[in-house]
Amino acid sequence: MTTIADPKAPRPPKPRPARLTTRGNTELYGWVFMRASGVVLLVLIFGHLFVNLVAGEGVTAIDFGFVAGKWASPFWQVWDLLMLWLAMIHGTNGVRTIINDYAERDGVRLALKSALYLAFVLVVVLGTLVIFTFDPCPSGSPADLLPSFCTA
Amino acid sequence: MPDALPASATRKVPAGTLYRGREGMWSWVAHRVTGVAIFFFLLVHVLDTSLVRISPEAYNDVIATYKNPIMGLGEAGLVAAIVFHAYNGIRIILVDFWSKGPKYQRVMLWVVMGLFVVTMAGFLPRHLMHVFGGE
Repeated sequence: MTTIADPKAPRPPKPRPARLTTRGNTELYGWVFMRASGVVLLVLIFGHLFVNLVAGEGVTAIDFGFVAGKWASPFWQVWDLLMLWLAMIHGTNGVRTIINDYAERDGVRLALKSALYLAFVLVVVLGTLVIFTFDPCPSGSPADLLPSFCTA
Repeated sequence: MPDALPASATRKVPAGTLYRGREGMWSWVAHRVTGVAIFFFLLVHVLDTSLVRISPEAYNDVIATYKNPIMGLGEAGLVAAIVFHAYNGIRIILVDFWSKGPKYQRVMLWVVMGLFVVTMAGFLPRHLMHVFGGE
């Protein structure tokens, strides 16, 4: 007579993950940041799009003089700096989430996230340097390409 | 040894990838697609704007290559992606924090689509007139 296992017999314990919970609340803070920065970005980006694409001559007016005219004012420097940092952190965290969801192999995930973080650092550093070291009236440039206040 | 699990239990790809379908899933898909598209645009946008640091000529030359109908339509698509992502993002916040948010998530998606149509109706004619040379 064969013995049949008791259906209520305890199952062999599953191997436990090395850590039962993540350390700290990083993912929670990320979740809150996406919502808080999203609201601020809505205002910053809608304002950016209105001033650059709708007001005045719209997209046809964009040239060096237009950008220099804006960045001569600390108001637009701070606006664009905030937009750069918030949008890059928001976007990088969003793409990180998507990589975690779809890249199943550890190596692929590591490679994609390394490229993502490298792009983040390069773009944020470059953009920040450009906003702060920008000269609206570079010497030796033809005056018709520069904003009107350069010759005043 | 119970090593002969049916093939369906060991395949990596699930048989259906539609999750629950309908408005909830498709708005989530659209949020991801528009988000990734905006992110890659942003990388390029910071690089091209950085040309102002090289010289007025370098910046104006590259911007001049953008001033054609194909890029103008691309800008319209970019604005559409941003407007949807922005309004649907507000909807996500309301689903998360408003006590009645989950109950009205489907209604709120139709509000998002309505506001999207109104916003684009305000933006598109003016932008397309700039791009295609009208007044």
